Amino acid sequence: MSQTQHALHDALNGTAAKKRLKRRRLSDHTAKYSISVGGVSIIFAVFLIMFFLLYVVLPLFIPATMEKRGAIPVPGGIETTTLHYAVDDYKEVAVRLTDSGRVIGFNTDSQQVLLDQTIPLNGATITSFTLINEARNQFAYGLSDGRVLIGSIGFSISYPNNVRTVTPSIDWPYGDQGKPLIQGSIDRLAVRDSASRMMIVVQSDEDDLLTIRTFNKSSSFLTETVELELDSQAQMQTAFDAEWLLLGGRMRDLVLVSDKGQAEYYNIANIHAPELLQKVRLVPAAEAITDATFLTGNYSMMFATDKGRVLQWFPVRDENNDFALHEIRQFQRHTQPIHAIGVEDARKGFAVGDANGQFDLFYSTSQRHLGGERVSEAAIKMIRMTPREDGALIETASGELISYDIDNPHPEVSLSSLWSKVWYEGYSEPTYTWQSSSGTDDFESKFSLTPLTFGTIKAALYSMLFAVPIAIFAAIYTAFFMDKQTRQWIKPSVELIEALPTVILGFLAGLWLAPYMEANLPGFFAIILVVPLGIIGFGLLWSKLPERVRISVPVGRRAVLMIPVIIFLGWLSLSLSTPIEQAFFEGDMRHWLTDSAGIDFDQRNAMVIGFAMGFALIPTIFSVAEDAIYSVPAYLVNGSYALGASGWQTLTGVVLPTASPGIFSAIMLGFGRGVGETMIVLMASGNTPIMDVNLFEGMRTLSANLAVEMGETEVDSSHYRVLFLAGLVLFIFTFFFNTLAEVVRQKMRRKYGSL
Amino acid sequence: MKTWFKKGEHWVWFSASAVSIAVVLVFGLLLLIAARGLNHFWPHPVYDFQLAQANGQVEQITGEIHNRRIKEVFDPANPSVEIKEPQLLIKTGNRDVYGLDFRWVSEKDIVDQAWTKSQGISIIERYEWGNMYGYIQALRQSGHPTLLGEAAQVGLAQAVAKSHRIRAEIRHIEKGVIGGINHELQQLRFEERKLQLAQQWDSANAERIEQRRLALQGQYGDLQASLDALYAKLKAEGEVVVRIAGDREVVIPVSHMVHFWQPNEMHLGQKVVFFFGSIKNFLLDDPREANTEGGVFPAIVGTLTMVILMTLFVLPMGVIAAIYMREYAKEGALLRLIRISINNLAGVPSIVFGIFGLGFFVYVLGHSIDQLFYDYALPNPTFGTPGLLWAALTMALLTLPVVIVSTEEGLSRIPRALREGGLALGATKAEVIIRIVLPMATPAIMTGLILAIARAAGEVAPLMLVGVVKLASELPVNLTAPFVHLDQKFMHLGFHIYDVGFQSPNVEAAQPLVYATSLLLVLVIVALNLGAIAIRNRLREKYKALDN
Repeated sequence: MSQTQHALHDALNGTAAKKRLKRRRLSDHTAKYSISVGGVSIIFAVFLIMFFLLYVVLPLFIPATMEKRGAIPVPGGIETTTLHYAVDDYKEVAVRLTDSGRVIGFNTDSQQVLLDQTIPLNGATITSFTLINEARNQFAYGLSDGRVLIGSIGFSISYPNNVRTVTPSIDWPYGDQGKPLIQGSIDRLAVRDSASRMMIVVQSDEDDLLTIRTFNKSSSFLTETVELELDSQAQMQTAFDAEWLLLGGRMRDLVLVSDKGQAEYYNIANIHAPELLQKVRLVPAAEAITDATFLTGNYSMMFATDKGRVLQWFPVRDENNDFALHEIRQFQRHTQPIHAIGVEDARKGFAVGDANGQFDLFYSTSQRHLGGERVSEAAIKMIRMTPREDGALIETASGELISYDIDNPHPEVSLSSLWSKVWYEGYSEPTYTWQSSSGTDDFESKFSLTPLTFGTIKAALYSMLFAVPIAIFAAIYTAFFMDKQTRQWIKPSVELIEALPTVILGFLAGLWLAPYMEANLPGFFAIILVVPLGIIGFGLLWSKLPERVRISVPVGRRAVLMIPVIIFLGWLSLSLSTPIEQAFFEGDMRHWLTDSAGIDFDQRNAMVIGFAMGFALIPTIFSVAEDAIYSVPAYLVNGSYALGASGWQTLTGVVLPTASPGIFSAIMLGFGRGVGETMIVLMASGNTPIMDVNLFEGMRTLSANLAVEMGETEVDSSHYRVLFLAGLVLFIFTFFFNTLAEVVRQKMRRKYGSL
Repeated sequence: MKTWFKKGEHWVWFSASAVSIAVVLVFGLLLLIAARGLNHFWPHPVYDFQLAQANGQVEQITGEIHNRRIKEVFDPANPSVEIKEPQLLIKTGNRDVYGLDFRWVSEKDIVDQAWTKSQGISIIERYEWGNMYGYIQALRQSGHPTLLGEAAQVGLAQAVAKSHRIRAEIRHIEKGVIGGINHELQQLRFEERKLQLAQQWDSANAERIEQRRLALQGQYGDLQASLDALYAKLKAEGEVVVRIAGDREVVIPVSHMVHFWQPNEMHLGQKVVFFFGSIKNFLLDDPREANTEGGVFPAIVGTLTMVILMTLFVLPMGVIAAIYMREYAKEGALLRLIRISINNLAGVPSIVFGIFGLGFFVYVLGHSIDQLFYDYALPNPTFGTPGLLWAALTMALLTLPVVIVSTEEGLSRIPRALREGGLALGATKAEVIIRIVLPMATPAIMTGLILAIARAAGEVAPLMLVGVVKLASELPVNLTAPFVHLDQKFMHLGFHIYDVGFQSPNVEAAQPLVYATSLLLVLVIVALNLGAIAIRNRLREKYKALDN
């Protein structure tokens, strides 16, 4: 072996070489596995988006879960009837009020009694009871000597030795002697108050005479107490055997309800002249009402029947501004008589308990049944929902007080409340409404995605109306007629639009185009007529020119030739604005629209969006359609020419049919982009969630809504999850259209491959 | 003519016009932005207007003509008839005196419908209250006029320059030095809290931290004293007496002045110098008056930092995913599905990425990071709130499809022969990829990256949710460790446009600035895109050469 061979052998098989080989193999394997793991995890991360959206949205549609925490004998025994339970925020301590005047505070688990008092009755007996405010645990007793005694339960929290201790107390905010109202005993009683006023309606036991009194609250700064000063009083005779007096939170609706299901509805805004608005049967003759109460907000009335139904009624205003009670919706799971309704303090949910011991949770706005179970063999007598809607106290006829833990975070959302018309409190008819927040506590959230989806599609469609003709025609020309040199700079310049930040387009649309369009409205409509006519006119004129001139601009350069013509036609249309206004629209089209044609006009409207967003969609549609037309095989075109077809005839007869799937996918892509565009609509659409196809009104889209509301919503609230649902809808929408476009395009590619 | 229609000639003309319309719209838009944006920097002449008033007196106002419009007003003689009245929007400045910067004036109210250039008028740009239009009368120091007339202007220029120097010093102390001390005090608070959480809080630690705190507070006191001295010096620069329209005299402290100029006395050369000077100020100054005046420097820095950070995330992610899909993964239905999905992800609305960023990065990841590592700062969130890191990550995810698709395309274009040649010479697969395939795919990767950057720089909607603010008190990059503050909120050019154009109380005054910002953003993005196109074209040439 020569020395060279030896060295070669060493280099290839020596220990150093082996080591090196080993190292290289190792690094090859490392690269393979790390890239695979990295690649898979990045792809996974990309798909995480979809699953995360689902993960946030799903809890909206999960029913409530209930779990029994324990049962204790009813404190104080069931010889006396319970009037009300008050529960603290942590559902540790409850207070039971009985019709004998006892007030018993106790721990709901350990039964330890924390408070045991008898209210100062002064020899009288309790003849009636009403709740003034559930959330504040404020209530009123009507006594046999004609007095009304107003009290409230408070819970004070202290932390001795770092252990939370809740101490219940009873308080008499207007004195513990009560207000004498009538001579005899008070049979029925209704009390409402606001920050400055209180209204009390009482019915005596002897006749159907109602006494109504209103008080002004005057607070004394020295003693920090609130006094009631009599404002006015009146009496009202009815010929009606009322079982329930329902006084609405606005202190103007008084509804008398009998257990047979009859109701009389009075307007007592002026208590001296009460007005009977309506006599109505709430239930069919064979059915009887077993309980009646208000939902939170004291607007909706819930009537339970002996057939297991719960009906929701509330006053509805008609065209003449007259109010009448309407049945809004009903809830039913079983057929046993319902004995108790327990309403939630801070939202529009409620629970019912029936004679069979069955407990069911409902929500009014979404008309959802959220869960239920048979909690006892005995009939349910009373239900009290805990203040944070996370539990319930259920008293049964067998003397048990059962406490339940309930997990019910998102009852206000259901498929029907998201997508169908919902009859909201205070509305005169069922509507699609998006109104996610408001200043008041007892606000009913209105989460209808329909107006937002409508707005999204409206914006996208109007912009497609502008973008599709221009983009498709431009694509046809660029791909089919235009010569190579011109195409080389035209195509990138049109595609440059895609790169323009939409925030700039939105800014120009909102602050420059919208006012300009408002001032020159007829001019913009003139464009539709003037520009096409001008183009045809110019074309005809061109064909009449001598051959020498015509040949100087070949078909492939006509786009360049047209640029000054287009500028001139655009200028002409816009300068026609004022003459047209003078001739047809009494000098001002905008006023003419609202005054004479009765069309609402917003400055930031669908027309502005159509132009601005349409402009942004042009490159998307243009470049895909152009690619499709450009890649039609040349021999098809040449064959058609050879058979004597003109350029345009070849195009419509041969090229477009072949390229049509590509053009279709271009339009789908454009639509997908229009659906998701955010900044332009956010800045130039006015963002009012209305449902109107009117060209001159704005809209609110799903995407703009996300941009407006996402930042200020509380994490994991229903609103937060509904917004994520809106995002998911957008995601699915665009994903669907893009996939459709992609599949069509791939099919087309395969077809070209075979041609 | 019939055959002309029959041959479809009119359709050809229509389609040609569609291209022209698109081109006219693009360039019209760019011209509009450029004209209005640049106009913002040019010194405009100032005119005197004599306005006839209802009581027969003549009111004089002075200002720049900003805009014109035709306003429909009811004819006072015949209230049912509307007449069109040409009006001028005049920027009168002096907001502290008049309450408003702008005023619409009917041309018919102007005496003789003519106006003249004001002789020798100065525009004074101030740190507060916008511009002042008036004649510089005198320079005063501690209440006594020291210089009058022409001399006052020269003296004022020196005084303003000096006050700038003092301001720079003050700024250095306030932002740099005191900022550092505040940062250290904050760190001490955190240290205290950390020790308490770890149950190691004892008197020795307390003593140590208290001493350190006292020392810092001592330094702070010294700095405060030197600041007070500087402020006194600033005040000693005196004040300037300005006569404004209507023969009123106003006194402005020199320290409130940014600069002043006499637009009507400038010749073209001076105007050009002024023009570039204002562009420089626009690019390098801090914003003033709720972003409606001053420059956009923090927004530029914020945009750049976010984009660079995003690049750091998206480049490795995109390239690794593309290499995996092209070189390692098995071709098949699943891979096709993944490819379509990634393609489609590019079409998913950006705001969806925004809510994902907020929901996942900020609320899930950020909260967990706070719980684990920053529990001493709770309940104040560190990463559990929108910020730079999350914005960059969200944008990286948003632009990931662009980079993946572009890189894959680049990889697929590399001729098989090259790979096989490498393998035949005994290289491992990893070596082929790293030494041969990747270098050749670099232009494609660069194209994808540039397109991603262009997209990220212009995108606003997701950023509104994950970290952009109207006004950030500090830059996201500065000289305090760790230099790049991932948890900080930042300003952004695109959001600046949205915010100033739509949320500011004085939109009329802010509009020129918004056009200028738009122009800057468009220039950056168009340049990036042209760069990408150039690289793509060069790439194609290269492969053509390889194929031969």
